Amino acid sequence: MEKTLLKGNEAIGEAAIRAGCHFYFGYPITPQNELLEYMARRLPEVGGVFLQSESELAGINMLLGVAATGKRVMTSTSSPGMSLMQETISYLASMELPSLIVNITRASPGLGRIPPAQSDYSQATRGGGHGDYHVLVLAPSNVQEMLDLTMLAFELSDKYRIPAILLGDGISGQMMESAVLPEPVKDIPEKKWAATGSQGRERNLVISAPFTDEDMIALNKKLQDKYRLIKENEQRAELVKMEDAEYAIVAFGIVSRLVLASIDSLREKGYKVGLIRPITLWPFPVDIFKRHAGRVRKFLSVEMNEGQMVDDVRLAVNDVEKVSFFGGGGGFTPNPYMIEEEVVKLINNMEGNN
Amino acid sequence: MKEIFSKPECLTDNPLQYCPGCSHGIAHRLVGEVMDELEIMGKSIIVTTIGCSVRCWRNFNIDAVQGPHGRGMAVATGLKRSLPDRVIFSYQGDGDLAAIGMGETIHASNRGEGITVIFVNNSVFGATGGQLAPTSLVNQKTSTYPDGRDPDIVGPPIHVAELLASLPYTSYIAREALTNPRRVLRAKRYIKKAFEVQMHKNEFALVELLGACPPNLKKEPKEALKWVEEEMVGFYPVGELKTEKTAEKETARS
Repeated sequence: MEKTLLKGNEAIGEAAIRAGCHFYFGYPITPQNELLEYMARRLPEVGGVFLQSESELAGINMLLGVAATGKRVMTSTSSPGMSLMQETISYLASMELPSLIVNITRASPGLGRIPPAQSDYSQATRGGGHGDYHVLVLAPSNVQEMLDLTMLAFELSDKYRIPAILLGDGISGQMMESAVLPEPVKDIPEKKWAATGSQGRERNLVISAPFTDEDMIALNKKLQDKYRLIKENEQRAELVKMEDAEYAIVAFGIVSRLVLASIDSLREKGYKVGLIRPITLWPFPVDIFKRHAGRVRKFLSVEMNEGQMVDDVRLAVNDVEKVSFFGGGGGFTPNPYMIEEEVVKLINNMEGNN
Repeated sequence: MKEIFSKPECLTDNPLQYCPGCSHGIAHRLVGEVMDELEIMGKSIIVTTIGCSVRCWRNFNIDAVQGPHGRGMAVATGLKRSLPDRVIFSYQGDGDLAAIGMGETIHASNRGEGITVIFVNNSVFGATGGQLAPTSLVNQKTSTYPDGRDPDIVGPPIHVAELLASLPYTSYIAREALTNPRRVLRAKRYIKKAFEVQMHKNEFALVELLGACPPNLKKEPKEALKWVEEEMVGFYPVGELKTEKTAEKETARS
C-alpha cells in the first residue's frame, strides 16, 4: 500500500471525507485549525458543505441539524470549545444522533495553553454534559490511527446511533507521519428514522424530550441498554509485551509512544514490563484489564493530566493498592527516562516490601 | 353536506397544550393552513426548541427536529444545508430567539439562510412562569422585575424585526398582532409570503407575531388581547418591514 506523508489534523479531515462525511461546521481554535482549513479546502472539491460557524454553539447545532437528516457530519474544536458544545452533545445523545466531534485538546482548565495534554479525559468519558449518557471516545496515538479511528468512529456512530468523540492533543494534531489512506466507504447505512420530509411515509420525530413521563423513563432505559451492548462489543486496546508482564504501564494517545521507548529500555534491563493502551476510552477496555489483573503486580497509569484515567484503571482492576499514577497537567510532557525511573521506583518499592 | 371549515391537514389531532387565550393556537393554525395551501406537508420539517411551544411537534403533522434553547436557527441551517429542496422552518418564542439565541438569530439571518422563522413574541417567558423577556415592554411587570421593566437596569425592549430587517441578506421581514380577525388574516398572508420566499428564492424570511400570554400578564384572555393591541402594537409597529434582499451592490458597499 502506498504511503502518504500528512499531518494529524489533516488526516482526520481526509478520513472523514473518505468515510462519506460531506458536512463540516466549525469555529477556529488552536491547535486544530489545520482541520478546519483542510475541510474548507477539500469539501467543496467533493461537493460537500463547509461552513464556518459564528461560535462552537452554533457549529454543534448545525451539526445536529445535518445529523437529524441522517447524513454523516462532523465538527472539530479544542477544550474550551468542547465545553461550549456539551449541552448539544447531551441532546445528540438523547436524540441518538450519529456524528463525529473531534477534540484536539488544550492544557489546563480555563483558557489553558496549547502544549499537549490529556486533561479532557474525564469530560469525554463521563458524557461531559448533563444527564445519564455516554458517547464513544476513541484515542489515536499516531497519524495512521487518526485516519483509521476516524473511519471507525463514523461506522460505530451509525451502527449504534451514538455521537463519537475523537480525542487528540496538540502533538498528534500537528505532527506529520506517513500513513496509508483508507479506502473510501461505499455503503453508508440508510437512516429510516431521519427527518427528511414525510412524503410517502409516517412522519419522523427527531426529538430530545418525549411527551410522557413513561416515555422519558423508557428512553433512558433504552440508552442504558445500548451502552451495555457497546461495552460488551466495542472495547479496544493495544497490548505490547503483555504476555509475561508483571508490571503494566497504562497509557493512551500520544504519551503511549513515550511509554514504548521506556518499555524497551526496561526490558533490556530485565524488567517484565508491558503496555496496555486503551484505544476506546469509552467503553473503557475493562475486560482486557481483567484478563491481566491476576498476573500483573502493579499497574502504572501514565497520563498527561493530574490523574483521570487512573480512576478507570482502578475500577477495572478492582484493587486500589495495585494501581499507581504518574503524570501531570498544564502541558507537562514526561520523557521516557522519567517514565522508566518511575517504573523502577515502583518495582523497588514492591520488592522492598516483600 | 359541504364542508366549509375544518382542521388543516398539516395539524394533528393531538390537543393543544396551551392556556386559555394563548396565541400559540392561532399561530399554529395559520402555519398549518399555509402549509396546506402551499401543499408542502410532505416536504417540510419543523425545528422546535423550548418554552411553551417546545412540544409543538405533537401538533404539526410533519417531520420535526428538536434543538436546544436558542439554537433553532443553527439547527435549521444544518437541515437546510443538508436538504436544500425541503422547506425548513423554526418556531420560536421571544426568550428563545432574542435572549439566549440572539447570536444564532443574527448570524443565520445575516447569512440569508433559506429558512422561514415563525417568531411568537408575547413579551414574557411563558413556560418558566412570567420572567422578563428581551421584548418585555418598559414598565411591564414580570416575576423577576415585579416593579416593571426599568430600561436603565436591563436595557430597553428589543425590536427584533427591525434589527433583522437591517441586515442586507434578510429578504422578508414582517410583523403582525394576533389580536383580531383582520390582523389574523393579514398575519396569515405574511406567513404565506415567508414560506414562498424560501420556496421560490431560497432566502431568509421571518414573521414576528405579537401574541398574548394571559396567565403571565395576569389578565383574562380578552383583557390580555386588548393589552397586546394597545400596548404592544403601539411599541412594535406592524406591517411588512422588508420584502426583498437589499440590493447586492449596496451590500457590497455598506
